[in-house]
Amino acid sequence: MEVIKVNHVAKQYRLGQVGKGSLVHDLNHWWHRIRGKEDPYLRITESNDRTQQSNSNLVWALEDISFSVQQGEVLGIIGKNGAGKSTLLKLLSKVTAPTLGTIHLRGRVASLLEVGTGFHPDLTGRENIFLNGAILGMTKAEIRSKFDEIVAFSGVEKYIDTPVKRYSSGMYVRLAFAVAAHLEPEILIVDEVLAVGDVEFQKKCIGKMKDVAGAGRTVLFVSHNMEAVKNLCSRALLLEHGSIVSEGSPTQVIETYLNSRNKTDWGRSYEEQEAPGNEFTRLKSIELKPIREDGKSIITVKSSLEINISVWNYVEDLVANLSLHLYAATGECVFNVITQLPPPTLGVGLHHARCVIPKELLNTGVFYVSFMLVQDTAKPLFNFEEVLTFEVEEERENTNWHGKYPGFVRPNIDFKIYS
Amino acid sequence: MESLRKVEVITPKRGMFDVRLHELWGYRDLILLFVRRDFVAQYKQTILGPLWFIIQPVLTALMFYVVFSRIATIPTNGVHPFLFYFTGLAVWNYFSECLTKTSSTFISNANIFGKVYFPRLTVPISIVISGLLKLFIHLLILTLLIVVFYFQGWQKIDIDWSLSLLPIYILLLALMGLGLGILFSALTTKYRDLTYLLTFGVQLLMYATPVIYPLRFTQGFLHKAISYNPLTSVVENFRFSLFGIGSFDGIGLLYTAGCSIGMLMLGVFVFNRVEQSFMDTV
Repeated sequence: MEVIKVNHVAKQYRLGQVGKGSLVHDLNHWWHRIRGKEDPYLRITESNDRTQQSNSNLVWALEDISFSVQQGEVLGIIGKNGAGKSTLLKLLSKVTAPTLGTIHLRGRVASLLEVGTGFHPDLTGRENIFLNGAILGMTKAEIRSKFDEIVAFSGVEKYIDTPVKRYSSGMYVRLAFAVAAHLEPEILIVDEVLAVGDVEFQKKCIGKMKDVAGAGRTVLFVSHNMEAVKNLCSRALLLEHGSIVSEGSPTQVIETYLNSRNKTDWGRSYEEQEAPGNEFTRLKSIELKPIREDGKSIITVKSSLEINISVWNYVEDLVANLSLHLYAATGECVFNVITQLPPPTLGVGLHHARCVIPKELLNTGVFYVSFMLVQDTAKPLFNFEEVLTFEVEEERENTNWHGKYPGFVRPNIDFKIYS
Repeated sequence: MESLRKVEVITPKRGMFDVRLHELWGYRDLILLFVRRDFVAQYKQTILGPLWFIIQPVLTALMFYVVFSRIATIPTNGVHPFLFYFTGLAVWNYFSECLTKTSSTFISNANIFGKVYFPRLTVPISIVISGLLKLFIHLLILTLLIVVFYFQGWQKIDIDWSLSLLPIYILLLALMGLGLGILFSALTTKYRDLTYLLTFGVQLLMYATPVIYPLRFTQGFLHKAISYNPLTSVVENFRFSLFGIGSFDGIGLLYTAGCSIGMLMLGVFVFNRVEQSFMDTV
C-alpha cells in the first residue's frame, strides 16, 4: 500500500532580505492573481545551484519531485548539503507548504528533524516528556501509558525530576529521541540524529528504526552516513540541485552519489599566462587520482591517492624542494611532506612531481592540499594554496557500528587479540 | 493503525475558510500543557515566585492613584480611586496581555514551528488561557480589597444581578484580544513594522479606554469616539456590576460581542492562511 505519494512537487524560496522590494512583489503577485493571470514570478525562478550567481532572487529549492513510498519501506534520502533534502522533509512533515504539486499522506507523520523540539530548559525531564509528546501529536493518556517505557529507553531514570537544562547534551538527545521513538507514527522521518549520541545509543536508535520498519511502518531517513543508509534502507533517493537524479537500491544510488560529488575537484591545468604563481614559478597542472584494486574512481579510506604536480620554474639552477601540506576541513595541518633530500638542481622550464598518499592512512572527512616551491630548503618562492579539495568516504566491513571514527588519520596499525 | 485509512492531502494553498477545528480539538492536551509550561516557567528562579502576580497590579494601581487621582485629580464617579483603577487595570491588563503575547506567536515560536507541525492556533489559545490565571488572581485581590474597603466604610457597595455576566465580560475580552493578536501575528511574519505599531498602539489604546477615567467624564466628539471603542462597554459595565454606579449598557455589550466575534473570525482566517507557509518569510 502506498503511504506517501509526492506528485510534481516544487518549492520556491526567496533569497535575501524582505523589504520594500518584497512589498512590490506581493502587490504584483496579488494583482496578477485577481485578474486570473499566471504568477509572473514562477517563470523567472532559477534552479537550486549554489555555485552560480543567480540573477533573480528566487530559487527553486525543489523542482518537480515525484516519488512514492510503500508501507513498511525504509527510504534513504542522500545528497550534498543544499540539495533540497531538508526542504523535502519539511514539506512532508507539514512545516511548510509546497509552491506547486500535491502530497498524499496516509497516516500520522512524526518527524525527528531535530530532536528535542519544544523542550523547555526550566521544566523537568518528566514535564518535558509530556510537553514534547503532545507537540509531536500524542494525547496525555497515550504518553502516560508509555511513560515508563520512554524513561527506560532514554536511560535517564535518575534525573527524570531534574530540569533539563542541567542535563548533558547526550542525556538531552537521548530523552528527546526516546519520546519521538515511542510515538508509533505510521510514517517516521529521521534526519541526521545518528550524528549525536554515543555508540550504545546509536545502536538503540538503529534498533528502534528497524522495529518501526518491521512493524509495517514507514521510515524516511536522511543522512550523510552512507554506511548507515546502506545497512538500514531498502531503497534510496539521490537529490541534486533540487531534483531527483537517482532512485533505486541503496548500494547503486550511493555509488552514483560518490562518483558525482568527486568529479568536480579532481584537479585542473592552466595556460602559462593565467596560471597562479609569480615571477619565480607558476602552476601548470595538479591532478588527484585515486588508486584502487577494483579500479573504481572513488575516494574512500581504502583508496590510495596519487597527486601529480607540474610547475614551471623561472629561476636558473634552482636548488628546489616541493613542500606539501595536507589540511583537514577544520584547518588543522594533518601532515607536511617534502621532496627528496638533498634537493635536486632544476633548470628553467617545466618540472613534475608525484606524491602518493597510501590507503588506510586518512580518516573520513574533507581535506585540502597546499604546496610550496622552496629554494635552498629554506626560502619559499610561492605558496600554492588550496589547490585540491577532496572528501574521503567511509568504506568498512564486519562492523555493526556506523558512527564516524574520531581523528584525522586512521592508519592501519597492527593490533590484535591473542590468547 | 486506524489512521491509515485516512489520506491527508497537502496542497500549495489551503482555502481561507478551511479552518481545521477538529484537528485543533485533537490537540487539546497540548494546549493545557502549554498553559502549564507558561505558568511554571515564568516564575522559575525567582524568589517571590507567583507573588509577582499580586505585586504588579497593586503597585500599578497605587501609582495610578498617586498620579491621576492625587496629582491630576481626575474624578472617579463616586468609586474610591484605588478600587476604580484596580478594576480598570484588571480588565485592561488581561486584554493587553492577550493581545501583545498572541501577536508574537509566529515570531517567538519560529524555532518550534520550523521543525514540527501541530495546529498553530494551539499557541495563541494557550496564551489566552494562561492569562486567565493571572486575571483570576487579580480578581481575587480585588474581592479582598472590596471587602476591606466596605468594612472600613470607604466604599459603598451595590452589587447588581449583572455581576453574573462577569464570565461573559472576560470571554469578550479574550476573544477580542485573541482575534486582534493573531491577526497581527499573521501580518508581522513578513513586515515587522507592525510590531512597533502594536506596542505603541496598545499604549495609546489604554487612554482611549475608560481605565483611568469614567466615560461620563468625557464630552462631545471625544465621548462619541470612546464609546465606539469596543472595550469601553466591558470596562464600564464591569464597574457598574461591582459598585452599582452608573448604568448598565446592554446595547454597548452587544456591540462589543459583535466586534469580538468579527475580529476573531477575521483573525482566524488570516492566521489560517499564513500558518501554512510562514516559515519561508519569518
